[in-house]
Amino acid sequence: MFGLDKKDTMLLLLVAALTALAPFLLNPFPEGSALAQFNAGYPDLMQRFVIFGIFAIGFNILFGLTGYLSFGHAAFLGVGSYAAVWMFKLLSMNVLPAIVLAVVMSGLFALLIGYVSLRRSGIYFSILTLAFAQMMFALAYSVLTPITGGETGLQLALDDPRILDGGVETGGNIPVPGLFGMEMRDSVQLELGAWVFTFNFGYYFAAVVMLIAFYIAIRIFRSPFGMMLRAIKANQQRLNYTGLNTRPYTLAAFVISGMYAGLAGALMASMDPLAGAERMFWTASGEVVLMTILGGVGTLIGPILGAGAIKYMENIISKINSDILHNWFAFLPDGLEDLLVTLVYPFIGKGWHLTLGIIFMLVVIFLPGGLVEGGQRVARLFKSKKTDSSAAKPQTEPGE
Amino acid sequence: MKILEVKDVNKRFGGLKALSEVNLSVEENTVHAIIGPNGAGKSTLLNCLVGKLIPDTGSVMFNGQSVLGRAPHEINQMGISRVFQTPEIFGDLTVMENMMIPCFAKRDGAFELNAISSVQSQKDIIEHAEHVLDDMNMLDKRHMVASAMSRGDKRRLEIGMCLSQEPRLLLLDEPTAGMARADTNNTIDLLKEIKSKRDITIVIIEHDMHVVFSLAERITVLAQGTPLVEDTPENIKGHPKVREAYLGESSGH
Repeated sequence: MFGLDKKDTMLLLLVAALTALAPFLLNPFPEGSALAQFNAGYPDLMQRFVIFGIFAIGFNILFGLTGYLSFGHAAFLGVGSYAAVWMFKLLSMNVLPAIVLAVVMSGLFALLIGYVSLRRSGIYFSILTLAFAQMMFALAYSVLTPITGGETGLQLALDDPRILDGGVETGGNIPVPGLFGMEMRDSVQLELGAWVFTFNFGYYFAAVVMLIAFYIAIRIFRSPFGMMLRAIKANQQRLNYTGLNTRPYTLAAFVISGMYAGLAGALMASMDPLAGAERMFWTASGEVVLMTILGGVGTLIGPILGAGAIKYMENIISKINSDILHNWFAFLPDGLEDLLVTLVYPFIGKGWHLTLGIIFMLVVIFLPGGLVEGGQRVARLFKSKKTDSSAAKPQTEPGE
Repeated sequence: MKILEVKDVNKRFGGLKALSEVNLSVEENTVHAIIGPNGAGKSTLLNCLVGKLIPDTGSVMFNGQSVLGRAPHEINQMGISRVFQTPEIFGDLTVMENMMIPCFAKRDGAFELNAISSVQSQKDIIEHAEHVLDDMNMLDKRHMVASAMSRGDKRRLEIGMCLSQEPRLLLLDEPTAGMARADTNNTIDLLKEIKSKRDITIVIIEHDMHVVFSLAERITVLAQGTPLVEDTPENIKGHPKVREAYLGESSGH
């Protein structure tokens, strides 16, 4: 289907089903119950899942396939956000022109930065991209304040021109981004007994964009171009002596992944029409590296899982506070309760980075292939158990 | 016709004179061996032919065109394929993918942004790659990850990858280095078979005299960066200068 083989089609359909049902899947606990704080099915967070999923899918096309580790990809995310907000200000609150300009602009920036940075490989390439991103952050933060809004960020104003929306009555409020009459913040709530499920237009729009982005990524992975990128990672010297010029291949991969980042930036601006320089800071670049490695470098679905896992921890674990901990451990004797709370406390709330760090270390040491490898191991475990019980035939299956 | 002509090539590395006044011409459709003791400049010369190094002075003409100043991929596209001393293949990729990549390079040139069609839909490439694998007796290994193969098979694959591009000149840099005698003999047979099946010029750098005298039609002896003699294997064997500079030192052969 769609030019994909059976396995890839299944994967695409699986991701489509998961994103479509996310408002249910991420809200498994009834409203008001003690576990409700683990619910992630609210629009703001679900939007972040798919937007950072796009960012990580694109990053993986560069890092996962060619092995070139960019430490400055958040710069393209920022460029995308600024471009999108400018389109909202100047042209229209419709998100489509904003997305188009964001992708084009981030692609141009990626072309320029990639052209220079790709003259080196390995750690030098990483440092060059990091330097570029930090320069862009510094420019956005101070020098280019008229364009970027500097410290406060770029915001919409009531008197923005919005040429195409000229006739639309705003009623004295700043309009919100939308798509042909639907607003990104539009939501429908469904109450089923104690459960409340929220269906948000912005989330579903971003989810459809992510599915398209994921589909394109699968096509790239399976194409001759994708094979050349993997060959670059495997043995760049052999590729050169096989008559292939590696530079345009890496540059094309860099630009494509920069455009994915720009797309993610545009969607962020579409959900919340505001762009700030902190989006380009190096920690944001590092985050997408973590997402990709945590999920599984070079795998198709890994970056989406990694993005989801990190955004979930960032938003859910950081919300747990000491009162909640005391509630959890209330059934224990007082002294023990306090001890446990004291022990766990550093890992929650603002300490969520500590939890992330430990999980990241465990994954890198025990599951170098990321969450995807973890999933494969579990699947193999079940498979071998089944065959063990059905027949006592020798287990000499080759590893997948 | 001379397919490769090296004229007055000099190459210095700091104070070390690696090549001085090297002249070499290779007749089309022959097997030409370059021998010489360690440090004679054999690898430096080869690197000057494939674009890895640029000689300080002199010219290198392939098929009437200069190769100097061209990047390795451009030189390959001109029709020169190179086999490395340790097999250089795409270890993480399957044998079949390894074979398809040079086929793509042959068909599409140095760069082609073919990102939408799937690899599986490239029937002509698949057919060509399978044909070459079959020629190399490796078709049964096509789904294997290349790095999992034995050294002999990696060498075989690398030679096959070069041949799939139908090069006019094949450069082999010590193709049997570190191989057991049986693998060495297999490689000799493979190269003989390759030569008998098609029009191809082979330049081979080799330490192993057994390999050289089994394959070469012409031999150039290099010593201290300068060619001593160039002659047929029979004449080289008895040449006093050669015995002194090279064979005398490795009496084991």
